[in-house]
Amino acid sequence: MTNKNIVSKSVIALLVLFLSFGFVLNAHASEENLIKHNKELKEKETEQESMDVGKLIIHHVSDGYEFHIFSVGKYHLTVPLPVILYDKGKWISFWSSEFHHHHGFYKGYYIAEDGMNAGKIVRKGPDGKETLPKYDLSITKTVFTLWVNSIILLIIVFITARSFKKRKGKAPKGVQSLMEPLIIFIRDEVALSSIGEKHYLKYTPYLLTLFFFILLNNLMGIIPFFPWGVGVDGNIGITAVMAVFTFIITTVSGNKHYWKDIFNTPGVPWWLKFPIPLMPIVEVMGMFTKPIVLAIRLFANMIAGHAVVLGFVALIFIFGKIGVGVGYGVSVVSVLFSVFLDILEVLISFIQAYVFVILSALYFGMAVEESH
Amino acid sequence: MQLINPGLGLIFWMTLTFLLVLWVLGKYAWPAILKGLKEREESIQESLDAAKKAREQMAQLKADNEKLIAEAKEERDEILVEARKIKEKIIEEARGKAAIEADKIVESAREQIKLEKNAAIIELKNIVADYSIQIAEKILREELKDKKKQKEYVSSLLKEFSLN
Repeated sequence: MTNKNIVSKSVIALLVLFLSFGFVLNAHASEENLIKHNKELKEKETEQESMDVGKLIIHHVSDGYEFHIFSVGKYHLTVPLPVILYDKGKWISFWSSEFHHHHGFYKGYYIAEDGMNAGKIVRKGPDGKETLPKYDLSITKTVFTLWVNSIILLIIVFITARSFKKRKGKAPKGVQSLMEPLIIFIRDEVALSSIGEKHYLKYTPYLLTLFFFILLNNLMGIIPFFPWGVGVDGNIGITAVMAVFTFIITTVSGNKHYWKDIFNTPGVPWWLKFPIPLMPIVEVMGMFTKPIVLAIRLFANMIAGHAVVLGFVALIFIFGKIGVGVGYGVSVVSVLFSVFLDILEVLISFIQAYVFVILSALYFGMAVEESH
Repeated sequence: MQLINPGLGLIFWMTLTFLLVLWVLGKYAWPAILKGLKEREESIQESLDAAKKAREQMAQLKADNEKLIAEAKEERDEILVEARKIKEKIIEEARGKAAIEADKIVESAREQIKLEKNAAIIELKNIVADYSIQIAEKILREELKDKKKQKEYVSSLLKEFSLN
């Protein structure tokens, strides 16, 4: 028992250490490329020798059209991803590597450097302004990683489901025993305690999917290598979609009591409802702020961890500019802090997945609550 | 700006992916897992209940056995006491019966003896009477062999009467 515990603990510790180290390495590799890139840019413009840490971090935590793995000198190893556009009434599809073959332009499309659409594919409109194509359904690196993670999620859950069928009436084993406590926790502590005995089973599959989806994407986001290295949940688009799902389910399952609480809140003086319906306005706003806050909380939490790790890594290069020795000195501190942050991120991954799911469950609970 | 301005494509693919994952898991995986969990929980509960019941039954059985043994012992003691009583009674009865029987036998023997004695007495009387008659006859015959003597005797008898 204890022996096994120690083994599993050390495995986890090693894994975390390895992952964080990898993150640093990866960041380092892409860093150099970026620094070079920046350097060239700045040299051309103002001949200044500073690096834009903010831009670097934003670049790393943002979505992209290709997977950059590493660069050695002038050689860049990137995984091109398909770009799918619908513009001017027709579909246009090409590999993101075309941008490099054509010096950043392909059929008039290019990736915007800054402005409102920074990082997105744009083209020059007739008025000379950058305009977005009508629809941009490109498989970006976030989409790609999302798919990889979704497949992993499906595999893990199906292995668990199969174990339940195959090992009926036996003690759990392997993946099953990893998943089981979490599943039971979501079912009993999240769904049952928030929604209530009568309705909780209807929402449990959604809550389970949501929890494991967020958790897996959070955890995988810590891994810095291809096909990861992308914080899927550190993208507001991803979290917003999940928040919208929660919002839709809440609104659709809202019963009479729920709507009465919104439009005719009990226990509130009548002059707050008539003639100016203050309370209803506040309550209706609350309906929308809840999912918005859900989306932003998860997104901000996940992106913050990555940003701070990147910041620590960037410190190495900032100090490296002062002197190579200083850079090496700082790297020790930076790596230690990155390791600490990555461990913290493992914790945050669980906490944020739990928070998102428990709040969703609470909203469902409010929607189906019977009047008392 | 880039951070809070996600691409439409990402939202589209995320919606599609999430819906698909939700549908596939919701249809094929979660129900099986939840069912399996519930079944196992139930079977564990049942096993625990059964174990508790079995333990209770065991205790009950043990108590029953003890009670049975105690009862059996009591019964045995009772039977023994009874048997002893019966034995004594039988002996007593036998003794009484034997005494009565003996008395009866003695009585009947006595009766028999009495009867025999009476019969013997009667027979003896008869024999004596017979003999007496025979003797008397012989005496009378001897006495009254001649007429003279007869007359003498009659006259003596008569004399006697007249005297009275």
